[in-house]
Amino acid sequence: MTASLRSLPGLALLAAVGMGAALVLALLVAPEDADQGVSQRIFYIHVPVALTAYLCFGLGAWKALRLLWTGEQRYDLESYVAIHQGTIFGLLTLVTGSIWAKASWGVWWTWSSNQLVLFLVLVLFYCAYFMLRFSLEEGPRRARSSAVYALFGVVLIPVSFLAIRLAEDFIHPTVFTREGPQMTGTMFAAFCAAWAAVTLLAYVLYRVELAGKRLDADLRELREALQ
Amino acid sequence: MIRARGLEKRYGRRVALAPVDLDLPRGAALLVTGPNGSGKTTLLRLVAGLTAPTRGTLEVDAERGRIGYLAHEPLLYRELTALENLELYGRLYRVRERRERAGMLLERFGLWEARNERVAAYSRGMTQRLALCRALLHDPDLLVLDEPYSALDEEGAALLDGVLAALAGARTLVVSTHDPGRLRPLATAGLALA
Amino acid sequence: MTYLAAVAALTQKDLRVELRARETLPALLLFVLSTLVVFHFALPEGAGEGAAYGLLWVAIVFTALLGLARAWVPEQEHRVLDGLVLAPCDRSAIWLGKTLAVLAFLLAAQAVALPAFALFFAPLDGAALAGVLLADLGICAVGSLMSAMAAAGRARELLLPLLVLPLAIPLVVGGVGSAVAPEPDRHLLFLVLYDGLFGVLSWASFEYVVTE
Repeated sequence: MTASLRSLPGLALLAAVGMGAALVLALLVAPEDADQGVSQRIFYIHVPVALTAYLCFGLGAWKALRLLWTGEQRYDLESYVAIHQGTIFGLLTLVTGSIWAKASWGVWWTWSSNQLVLFLVLVLFYCAYFMLRFSLEEGPRRARSSAVYALFGVVLIPVSFLAIRLAEDFIHPTVFTREGPQMTGTMFAAFCAAWAAVTLLAYVLYRVELAGKRLDADLRELREALQ
Repeated sequence: MIRARGLEKRYGRRVALAPVDLDLPRGAALLVTGPNGSGKTTLLRLVAGLTAPTRGTLEVDAERGRIGYLAHEPLLYRELTALENLELYGRLYRVRERRERAGMLLERFGLWEARNERVAAYSRGMTQRLALCRALLHDPDLLVLDEPYSALDEEGAALLDGVLAALAGARTLVVSTHDPGRLRPLATAGLALA
Repeated sequence: MTYLAAVAALTQKDLRVELRARETLPALLLFVLSTLVVFHFALPEGAGEGAAYGLLWVAIVFTALLGLARAWVPEQEHRVLDGLVLAPCDRSAIWLGKTLAVLAFLLAAQAVALPAFALFFAPLDGAALAGVLLADLGICAVGSLMSAMAAAGRARELLLPLLVLPLAIPLVVGGVGSAVAPEPDRHLLFLVLYDGLFGVLSWASFEYVVTE
C-alpha cells in the first residue's frame, strides 16, 4: 500500500506537466484550423476527455467483472472509483462539447451531434449508478448489484451509439456538419500529446481517489478495533 | 457436517455475528441460544447458505437441495393456498410424489382441513406450521430452524416436538430458540451466543 | 428440462398470484388507457402521425415501469425470495419466470391499448407491432433485473425509473423506427440485437443480484 502511495506525487507532477505541455501545444503550437478557426482548438481537450471517459467506464466494468468472478471486495471500491472518474469526465465531455457547439454553430446544444447525445444517455445512466449505491446498504449485496449495473453500462455504450445512428432515420438532423478534422502532422502530434496528458491525469485522479477511500476505510477499521 | 472457524458476519461496520467456531457431526442436534441481536439468525442464515461469511470459514456438507430452512418469516406466498405453495416448492425442489408428501405433511401438522385456503387467511400459528411443512417437504438432510416454536400454540408445539424427536439422529438439526429447556432432551450440542 | 419446468412453475405462480390479487393488470390497463386520453389533449391539431407514435412509446415505457415496480412485491411479503433462492434450481430461472409473467401482463394491457391507439390516432402495421413485441421483451428482461436490484434498497419506486429509462432509450428508438422509418427492418434487427445482448446479460447476472 505505501509503495503505491509513494509513486503518486511523482505521477501527479508528471500529469500536471503533461497537461501544461498539452495546453501549450493545443492553444499555441498547433496550426489554426482553416474551416473552424480558434473554436476548433477545444477539440484537443474534448475528444481526449471523451475517450478517457470511455476508458474509465471500461475499467469500471472490468473491475466489476473481477469482483463477480473472484468475490474479492477490494474490486468494489476500484470499480466505483473508476466509474466515478468516468462520470466526471463524461460531464466534462458534455461541457466541452457544448462549448464547442456554441463556438462553432452558435448553439449550446444540438441533437445532431451523435457523440453529445450518446454522452448524455451515458451520464444519465451512470448517475443512476450512484443513486443505486446510495439506496443500498453497504455490503456484498451493494457491491454485486453495482458491479452488474456497471456491466450493463459498458454494453449500453455501443448499443446506444447504434440506436442514435438509427434514430437519424426519423429525427432529421439539422444542417450542422462537422467532419472529423483533417489533421496535419503538428495537429496530430498535439492531439496525441493532449490525449496522453488527459489519460495520465485521469489515471492519477483514479489512484488518488482510490488511495483516499482506502485510507478512509482503514481508519474506520482501526477506530472500531480500538473501541 | 458443519465446520466453522472464526466465522464472522458484518454489514459494513455493523457486526451481525462475532467470530464463532463450530464442529457439528452428521446426525447431531445443535441448540443455539442467546439474547436478541446476538447473531442467532445470522448464524442460521450462514449455515443455510443464504449469506456468505465476511471473515472466517464455513463448510456445510450438504448441497442446496438437501437443506431445509425455517426463517422468522414464513417464506410463503400470501395469495396462494397451502397446497399451491407446497406444490410450487415441490416442483422447485423436484420432490418425488410431491402431492402425496405435501398431503402427508399437512395432515401431520393439522392443516389438511385448511389446505385450500390462502395463506393470507391463516393465523400466525397456522402459517408457522405451514412454514414447517415447507421446510420439511423435500426431506432434507440438514434442518436449520430459526425459533420454530414461536407463534405455535400448545398443540402445534406438541406436533413439532414429535416431528423433531423422530428426525433427531437420522438428520442433522440446527435450531435456535428462546426456550432451550424444551429441546434439551434431543440436543447433542449447544452454542450460546453473546 | 428441469430448468424449464422450474421456469414454468414460477411463471404459473406469478399468473396465479395476479389472478387472485388483481392489482397489477387492472392498474396497467387503466393507466395506459388514461394516457391515451391524455394524448388526445396533448397532441395539437395537425401534429401528425409521427408525434402520435412518439407518445405511444412514452406510454408503453411508463406502463411497463408501472408493472415492473410491482413485479417483486409478492416475493417481498414474507421474504419469499429467500425461499426461492434456497431452492436447488438455477437462480436465473427465477428471473426468467418473472420476466415472462411481467411480459404477459404488459401484452395483456397492450392487447387493449394498441387497437384503441390504432383506432383513434394512427395505424399500426406489422412492423410496428413486431417492434412493440420485441421492445416489450427487452424492457421486461432488463426491468425485472433492475426491479430486483432496486427492491433490496430504499426508495425503490424512485430508483426503478432512474435505472431503467436510460436502458429503455434504445428500445424507444427501435420501436418508433419500426413504426415510422421507411426501412423498418433495420430497426427490428436492432431490437433483436438489444434483446439478445441484454437478455443474456440479465439472465447471467441475476444470480449475483439476489445472492450475497
